[in-house]
Amino acid sequence: MKFLDEYRDYDAVQQMAQAIRRSTTRPWTLMEVCGGQTHTIVKTGLQEMLPKGITLVHGPGCPVCVTPVEMIDRAVAIARRPEVVLCSFGDMLRVPGSTQSLFDAKALGGDVRIVYSPLDALQLARSNRQREVVFFAVGFETTAPANAMAVWEAEREKIPNFSMLVSHVLVPPAMEAILSSPNCRVQAFLAAGHVCMVMGFEEYFPISQKYHVPIVVTGFEPLDLLEGVQMAVAQLESGRAEVENQYARAVRRSGNRPAQERIAEVFEVTRRTWRGIGEIPLSGLRLREAYRRFDAESRFAVEIGHVEESSECIAGLVLQGLRKPFECPAFGTRCTPDTPLGAPMVSSEGACAAYFHFGRRKEDGDSIVSTATAGH
Amino acid sequence: MCLAVPGKIVSIVQEENLGLRRGKVDFGGIRKDVCLDYTPEARMGDYVLVHVGFALTVVDEQEAQRVFEALRQLDQLEELKEGAT
Amino acid sequence: MAILSCPLPQPATDRILLAHGGGGRLTNQLIESVFLPAFSNAVLESRHDGAVISADGTRLAMTTDTYVVHPLVFPGGTIGDLAVNGTVNDLAMCGARPLALSAGFVLEEGLSMGTLRTVVASMHEAARVANVPIVTGDTKVVDKGKGDGLFLNTTGIGVVVAPKPVSPESVRPGDAVLVSGDLGAHGIAILSVRNGLEFEGEVRSDTISLWPAVEALFRAGIEVHCLRDLTRGGLSSALNEIASVARLRITVEEVLIPVSNVVRGACELLGLDPLYAANEGRFVAFVPERQADHALEILRSQSVSVDAVRAGTVYEDARGIVTLRSRVGGNRVLDMLSGEQLPRIC
Repeated sequence: MKFLDEYRDYDAVQQMAQAIRRSTTRPWTLMEVCGGQTHTIVKTGLQEMLPKGITLVHGPGCPVCVTPVEMIDRAVAIARRPEVVLCSFGDMLRVPGSTQSLFDAKALGGDVRIVYSPLDALQLARSNRQREVVFFAVGFETTAPANAMAVWEAEREKIPNFSMLVSHVLVPPAMEAILSSPNCRVQAFLAAGHVCMVMGFEEYFPISQKYHVPIVVTGFEPLDLLEGVQMAVAQLESGRAEVENQYARAVRRSGNRPAQERIAEVFEVTRRTWRGIGEIPLSGLRLREAYRRFDAESRFAVEIGHVEESSECIAGLVLQGLRKPFECPAFGTRCTPDTPLGAPMVSSEGACAAYFHFGRRKEDGDSIVSTATAGH
Repeated sequence: MCLAVPGKIVSIVQEENLGLRRGKVDFGGIRKDVCLDYTPEARMGDYVLVHVGFALTVVDEQEAQRVFEALRQLDQLEELKEGAT
Repeated sequence: MAILSCPLPQPATDRILLAHGGGGRLTNQLIESVFLPAFSNAVLESRHDGAVISADGTRLAMTTDTYVVHPLVFPGGTIGDLAVNGTVNDLAMCGARPLALSAGFVLEEGLSMGTLRTVVASMHEAARVANVPIVTGDTKVVDKGKGDGLFLNTTGIGVVVAPKPVSPESVRPGDAVLVSGDLGAHGIAILSVRNGLEFEGEVRSDTISLWPAVEALFRAGIEVHCLRDLTRGGLSSALNEIASVARLRITVEEVLIPVSNVVRGACELLGLDPLYAANEGRFVAFVPERQADHALEILRSQSVSVDAVRAGTVYEDARGIVTLRSRVGGNRVLDMLSGEQLPRIC
């Protein structure tokens, strides 16, 4: 596939990895923000191609992982109503709420359906006038244009039986929150390429300056990630702290204007609670007043029980890059993808699930994979 | 976040109703209906990145080559260095 | 800034979840915790696709499968030929020549007669191609709303022609891992109907009887250690099941694993992994290293396995895991599927 395969080319990847090894003289800690990037890194075994001194920590760029428990509980409660068809992206289904996930709600009779796009949910509403179709709108800025369009179309066509449960989160405030934490060890960021494809990367300049950290807008294929690392390391080695764009084939500095306009028309910035991190001001989106009637939160008054928190899951520390999944005492034992204690183990983008699936049971030196392949 | 896949626009349709722009995008042999409203500059034959049914950017083919140029130069540099030692 | 921790979810182990039918970890857990303890016997505990039982000196293989696929008709097949081929293949995987099949239908009130005829016609055709008679059957009808149109159970018996047991226990370090053809066609064909994906050259389910290819291997004197057809959970699940029973490590090379362009495109688009995608006409074979090339030649001479390749090797390692060397050079564990494979957006 064009514009995909070239960035998975063995020789190019090995060459880039070599370039990084040659230019690294000191240990550096980098954070890649997006869950999709974490997925690629762990799936292709990228970490082991990097020199020992380069540590990649995984950020909270998994919207599934950071959706507040209360929001899952709300979705579950809405899904259990007989008149409702709750539509969601696949990865949200297994995330545990206080007591149930959407999958559980489905097992208990709720009409929960996986859709590829919010427009599919809207179409469902058009062809099922007697049901209330609710779309669970979770995601970063990348998905906001799609969700904005669905609501905008619903408004134009005056579709009465469609609504959206909004749990959008924004990346730059989360990066700032991580950087301003006293325990922060992150020295450079690989920013989320597709978020920037929509929003541009203007917002990163003040952050880069204020905290003196290099920020490299990076793509998702192995070659992109390695090049992003290479550019970040080059900055770190020379003491620079600038914003650079590795993913220039997809990202422009000003981003996608029509998309930004549609988002601004339908949504407004609000505060949001990030599961595992806490409340970050001005870090979420909600529907504007003019579109509030499409807000499932106000349309459905649901009873949510007391939101239970457990002390064993350290998702918060993992999401901020302060702990690696295998440093959690429950990792791989009490907490597995089949018996998850928290969202990062459930979501396919979550760091914990990625580490579990792809075999990173211990620090790279003696990971389950290294010992297995040492023999040949 | 987030999975956006590159595909080639093979047809474009301007809808009557709300004036929305839709198209068929080809992803290595499979085709899907995609909303092209956010890429008004996209033309037939362009490659776009598609996320949950929406084209969000037109791929800059020149920029796409840049990294391979850089690698070629790196390669030549290394050969020079090795030649010099 | 407060650091909240994640709530402890109540695992819904008091209810059956869809994931229990996914073919991965939860399915195995269900078998281990509910069925095995209740029905315990040595044959069942070997956990292979079919059971081998002796009757007066003749070794017979027996297998059963229930098909609940939806939609009932899809590009390349129907629930009917899926069932016939699936059962024939399970017998083949025991090294057994299929002898006869039974077919049990659970029909939902309101099912179109035309659909039923289409399904039955495809069963007839598949049975003809596989040279297996459907000798007995049963029909029940349930109220509207109590069954997804049609559920079909097929049970098969066969005569074991393999000279030695064909099972994970027979796998040895050094064995070659052969894959009979490209992955994911069936899973994508089904999803294409559900997701409204269009294909330029339709992706058709790969359902077919694999017995000709298996028979050819035995006829040529290949020492077949293990066979497994790839169904739900894909290549990854099959390899994991075998590795864990055999207590050996299987290592495969991503670049050697065949996936058609169209399947790859569909997987990219939906965020699915072809290594976990469902198949209906593909299998893996474990043969000694010294016979690997010959075995490949035999497979490639058969139409059902014309694109067979060697994908990996077996190694000594009691942990019983599967590892994959990625196309860019890194290594990872190829884990068992957890629950159902869900399309992802991230």
